[in-house]
Amino acid sequence: MSCNPAIGGIGKGHLVREIDALDGMMGCAGDYAAIQYRLLNRSRGPAVQGPRVQADRERYAAFVQRYVAAQQGLDVIEAEVVDIRVDSGEAKAIVLADGSEILARAIVLATGTFLRGEIHVGTERIAAGRRGAPAAERLGDRLREAADGIGRLKTGTPARLVASSIDWGVIGEQPGDEYPEFLSFQTSTVQARQVPCGVTETNARTHEIIAKNLHLSAMHVGNISGVGPRYCPSIEDKVVRFAEKSGHNVFLEPEGLSSELVYPNGISTSLPGDVQIEFLRSIKGLENVEVRHIGYAIEYDYLDPRGLRATLEHRHIAGLFLAGQINGTTGYEEAGAQGLLAGANAAARATGAEELVLSRFDSYIGVMIDDLIHRGVSEPYRMFTSRAEYRLSIRADNADQRLTPIGVDTNLVSEDRKQAFDEKMNRLQASSKKMSADFVDPDVALALNLLVSKTGKKRSWRDAAGQLVAEKRSCADLLPYLPGIDLSDLEQVGRDAFYEPYLERQLREAERLKRENAVMIPQEIDYTLIASLSNELKTKLSNHRPNTLGEAERIEGMTPAAMSAVLAHIRLQEKRHRVAR
Amino acid sequence: MDTIVALATAQGRAGVAIIRASGERAFELCEAIAGFAPAGRDFRWARFRDASGSVIDTGLVLTFEQGHSFTGERICEFQVHGSVAVVAAMLRACLAVEGVRAAEAGEFTRRAFLNGRMDLTEVEALADLIDAETDAQRRQALDVMDGSARAMVERWREDLLQSLAMMEAALDFADEELPDDLTVQVVTPLKAVQTSLQHQMAGRRASESVRGGFEVAIVGRVNAGKSTLLNALAGREAAITSSREGTTRDVIEVRMELDGLSVTLIDTAGLRQSDDEIEQTGIERGQARAARADLRVFLQSAPDEVPMNVTEGDIIILSKADLWGLEGLSVRNGQGVTELVDRITAELRERSRESSVFTRERHFDKLSRALEGIDTALTALERGLDWDLVAEDVKAAIRALDGIIGRVDVEDVLGRIFASFCIGK
Repeated sequence: MSCNPAIGGIGKGHLVREIDALDGMMGCAGDYAAIQYRLLNRSRGPAVQGPRVQADRERYAAFVQRYVAAQQGLDVIEAEVVDIRVDSGEAKAIVLADGSEILARAIVLATGTFLRGEIHVGTERIAAGRRGAPAAERLGDRLREAADGIGRLKTGTPARLVASSIDWGVIGEQPGDEYPEFLSFQTSTVQARQVPCGVTETNARTHEIIAKNLHLSAMHVGNISGVGPRYCPSIEDKVVRFAEKSGHNVFLEPEGLSSELVYPNGISTSLPGDVQIEFLRSIKGLENVEVRHIGYAIEYDYLDPRGLRATLEHRHIAGLFLAGQINGTTGYEEAGAQGLLAGANAAARATGAEELVLSRFDSYIGVMIDDLIHRGVSEPYRMFTSRAEYRLSIRADNADQRLTPIGVDTNLVSEDRKQAFDEKMNRLQASSKKMSADFVDPDVALALNLLVSKTGKKRSWRDAAGQLVAEKRSCADLLPYLPGIDLSDLEQVGRDAFYEPYLERQLREAERLKRENAVMIPQEIDYTLIASLSNELKTKLSNHRPNTLGEAERIEGMTPAAMSAVLAHIRLQEKRHRVAR
Repeated sequence: MDTIVALATAQGRAGVAIIRASGERAFELCEAIAGFAPAGRDFRWARFRDASGSVIDTGLVLTFEQGHSFTGERICEFQVHGSVAVVAAMLRACLAVEGVRAAEAGEFTRRAFLNGRMDLTEVEALADLIDAETDAQRRQALDVMDGSARAMVERWREDLLQSLAMMEAALDFADEELPDDLTVQVVTPLKAVQTSLQHQMAGRRASESVRGGFEVAIVGRVNAGKSTLLNALAGREAAITSSREGTTRDVIEVRMELDGLSVTLIDTAGLRQSDDEIEQTGIERGQARAARADLRVFLQSAPDEVPMNVTEGDIIILSKADLWGLEGLSVRNGQGVTELVDRITAELRERSRESSVFTRERHFDKLSRALEGIDTALTALERGLDWDLVAEDVKAAIRALDGIIGRVDVEDVLGRIFASFCIGK
């Protein structure tokens, strides 16, 4: 974890649950390392609730290392990769710095922020992948020679503070949830001591210091060409763009139970070190703060993800899969999800197994990959629930129902998880059936403040659970009346009942899209022959070469008329072929 | 697939107009409008009624079974009299049937392609046909693009996007510093669009009249001088006039231009009880037609005659005023004709001012969908429903407007959020 010690959140928590449903380890590692649980959007609908944890950096790393070490048949080689050998359009081997080659049937390239990475602090520029780690210069240079569509992105990180130098007594406290919402479907208990975070804020004095030194910030010096994320601006950006705000929250997040470091969330910066210390010490509670590492901006290379297939395999270099920041994304969760999918597909290529392709209809992972490969990125890509058209149906709470069966089919899911999942589904279905069939006694309804139908039609326990979910009430009140059904199943039945009426509309829209997706565009199509297309669209379609009509529709600037023209052209060609035969 | 409906023949007045519906519910639609659905590839005469049961017109109805139609889907066609008013009423009645919506430009053809229904003889002609169709679409897009209609839709969409962005901000950035008055920022633009949309929907009738022409009916008792007035206004002998009562037995129409407005003058058979079956039918038809007209000019045969079947805004004037020596109209000596034309023109002008800037059935279908989404969203907000649900209604409203001027992207929403708030704790 190079940046803040947290996993999950809104959208990101959805991704973690999906990784977990496919038996990836991020959820379990996050739960093992969790020192604070918070379910974001608890007061809103279940579809937009996102589980998040504050993670202990060391525990997280330890879990992952143990997990990797325990894998059968896996060799870990630590070395710098300087090249990828490609023969006739196929990746054959990776070349290490010492000149040795490792042959491979499939390669997954995950470069993080290391690819020609450059750290900026004030006017200073240091080649690095992150603080204290060298950049991947040679590989970056080779990729620039070999591949098209290389661009530059930027992100930033704040200073790291020494916990004992913070005056915790004068600042606010942000405790975790009383009832933790775990990241993994398999977790049932809290595994580490829970701690609160601190919260303070910047003030007029802080902003004055920053404004006065703005010309020294790397972003303003003009050394950085990469585009940074709008949703994660540096404190300099915040002060400039939102000058009317007199203060910005700063969350003080412990990096771990045994760590003396604190991550001040909300003030990433590329100002010179002395200015950082000056503005930090103007903040309440940080008057005497010791800075262990200063904050910085980092620029790195990425490859236009529109050059990838839905399996994350490169379109022109067979056997080369890309995942994470190299595809223009940001965040552990986005990277982890791609890593899982790229890894699964690399394995599928190597062993001849079935590919794993997810869609916008079944998962956030599908939304992300579809966005990446069809739209590309203009800033580091982060997941938001607003990106998902079907967000009422693809929720964090049902990620296992959506994806574990797919994981089982593609051999990703362990026997243990499969069994646990099957048991859960059997239980859930039985509970749902019973709750749909049994009706709430009117007296009980009255006692529990449940709706009673005016038409005299009795309401089922399933309806009642749906109502409680809608009203953000606990389903625990129903437990005494439903022996043999546990709370988590009760709540799941309630959530499904709550969203049911809204899903129909989404389903109709999804059906329409699926139909369009199903119309294949022959790869030999010549768009210049379609007279009614504008030149702009001809160029876009020729460059992008969508596989289906649905993909074509998502190309920027497509109109219904243009869609009809493309479709007509396809049909016409089909007819001609038939006549010719 | 949705069932879609549209006028299959050219816009405007014609002898016969064909309204075509295609999709799963085409036969249900047929039953709703005609009262029954004939067997596939068969046709029958029928009365076409709207949801309230009143007869819109009579004509032929025919159906095609799935797999045996132009689009490959179930199709029903209504052949009606080619009046703008009849066509508009028919389309409205069809769209009121559940699961039926207005067809997009080119959508029938598109479905025919999708279902692989264009036959071999058409193959060579196909490319031309498509070009012609997209040309029409381009023209149609252009007249929306240039005009005030487009500006209005864009403004609405801006407001809806603003509202949606505020909701999405609250949903996606719950852990960020957001203003407390977000609800106001969600509701205010929604209400603004609601009001404006309602206004446009209310001006729909007038808008259709501006586009297809206003209908002005001359009504009154038998031999009140209706045909004489029509001829005077039209400047030619469109209606046979004589002093014999009941000379006009059918509805006579004359199309003319008044001060830039297209107007159809309708001369109706005079009102009286007649033993002549043909005349009686003519009277009934005329009355029905007059009732549907935008404006009625009632010619009084006597100063104390109480006009029948007039509505607010109609013009009532004493005919043959020279005989009574009173104020009024006398076509014979030219008294009051210019004034009457001025009154008609002024009245129609007034109405055209209230007219919606939208002209097409397809647009109004989208607008009413948008309005439905907004209404639902506002009710849901009042009831305190979760914003992830309310957002779906607003998105549905935006999608409906997208159908008029093109698609909105999630990036538009995100861009707005990042421009409005300091996101990134």
